[in-house]
Amino acid sequence: MPKIKMPKSNPSLDMTPMVDLAFLLVTFFMLTASVRVSEPVVVDSPSSTSEKLLPDNVILVTVDNKGRAFYNINNGEVRIKTLEQMGKQYKVDFTEKEKKRFAGMTSFGVPIAQLKQYINMEDPERLRVKSPGVPLDSLHNELGDWIQFGRIEAARQAKAQKDKAEKAGRTFKYEPMRFAIKADGEANYIAVKEVIKVFTDKDIYRFNLITNLEQGDKK
Amino acid sequence: MAEVNTGDGGGGHGKHDKKRAKKASTRIDMTPMVDLAFLLLTFFVLTSTFNKAKTMEINFPAKLPPTAKPPRINNAVTFLLTREGAEAKENGIYYYYGEFYGPNNKDGKPATTFTKTDFSKEGLHKVLLDRNKLTIDALNALEERYKKKEIADTTYKRLALAEKGKKDALTVLIKADDKAVYKNIVDAIDELNICNVGKYAIVDMGQAELDILNAVKKK
Repeated sequence: MPKIKMPKSNPSLDMTPMVDLAFLLVTFFMLTASVRVSEPVVVDSPSSTSEKLLPDNVILVTVDNKGRAFYNINNGEVRIKTLEQMGKQYKVDFTEKEKKRFAGMTSFGVPIAQLKQYINMEDPERLRVKSPGVPLDSLHNELGDWIQFGRIEAARQAKAQKDKAEKAGRTFKYEPMRFAIKADGEANYIAVKEVIKVFTDKDIYRFNLITNLEQGDKK
Repeated sequence: MAEVNTGDGGGGHGKHDKKRAKKASTRIDMTPMVDLAFLLLTFFVLTSTFNKAKTMEINFPAKLPPTAKPPRINNAVTFLLTREGAEAKENGIYYYYGEFYGPNNKDGKPATTFTKTDFSKEGLHKVLLDRNKLTIDALNALEERYKKKEIADTTYKRLALAEKGKKDALTVLIKADDKAVYKNIVDAIDELNICNVGKYAIVDMGQAELDILNAVKKK
């Protein structure tokens, strides 16, 4: 009987296009992904069926399950300006280096008196230390001042950008500052109400409540 | 190559070839690189897409000037949120229709009684669907017309919004006591959104209501 030989084909194939594609995608995701920085507090927000995404330009107040408030603006430049204004108001001097460090931080929950020390901590230590929360009672309403200054500085920056764009002959799309509250589902409502009261005292009545997306049937 | 080798001639020829001096291959084994690329790809895909925050927009009522009369509400239902049970771990929700009359009120109306419900489909959802039937029916009719292309996209949205804000549309008031948690509020608002309630507000609970609520809870 004649031997039947199977055709010998080369088992390795040209992978170059696949590699090209893979690295293209890797690059894309690397560039689009926002770096997740560790927050000083973990908040388990309640779920809802809302599918709206959080706008970019936002002042965020986080309320954890013990009712502590944390403040954050995600625009680095406005952050620095706000810190300067707050320093003026409360007579705390911040060095250039501290301002720069502050710009790269996330939300914080310390009174302004401790903020200098908090900024100068190393990252791991900052996560370990227990924040007392930004004071918001009527005597030391620091949160209110943070919100007010943040809002003014954001508007100022938007104005500057608008002027610059108009000078260059471009149109400037103004995105108004939004105010977001991210509270823990188990946070007492009274604590959240206190924060909302700080906002309404500053004549801010529209909020974005941050929730997780619920996989429910929508009718 | 995909050629069938037959007989001894071809085989012998191949054997002969191999004895020649080896040419260094210009190809590199790309498998590890592909592995790495896809590993990174998977990592970035997974970390970036699950990181989107969803928000729920809400407007709070502006403070009334002290001289203004509180607005009259036509078709109202008030929900009272609390926590109950031995360790205040269960979500409690009560409701009543129309205006509130405390015991021994000067209008001589019978005191309001609260009805208990829950956050399930048969509870809060059903109450809202029943009370908001007019609006929901009107919205469904609008949607029907929109689907038949009788009205345009923008008209549909405008009409739907007008329908929800009609004078006799259901108005919902949400009141929470000091035991309620943030999650209860978000759940309630979410349910209102699902049931197409256009007019709702979170307001403070009066002392008389709180007293009745506490009495009802003890039963």
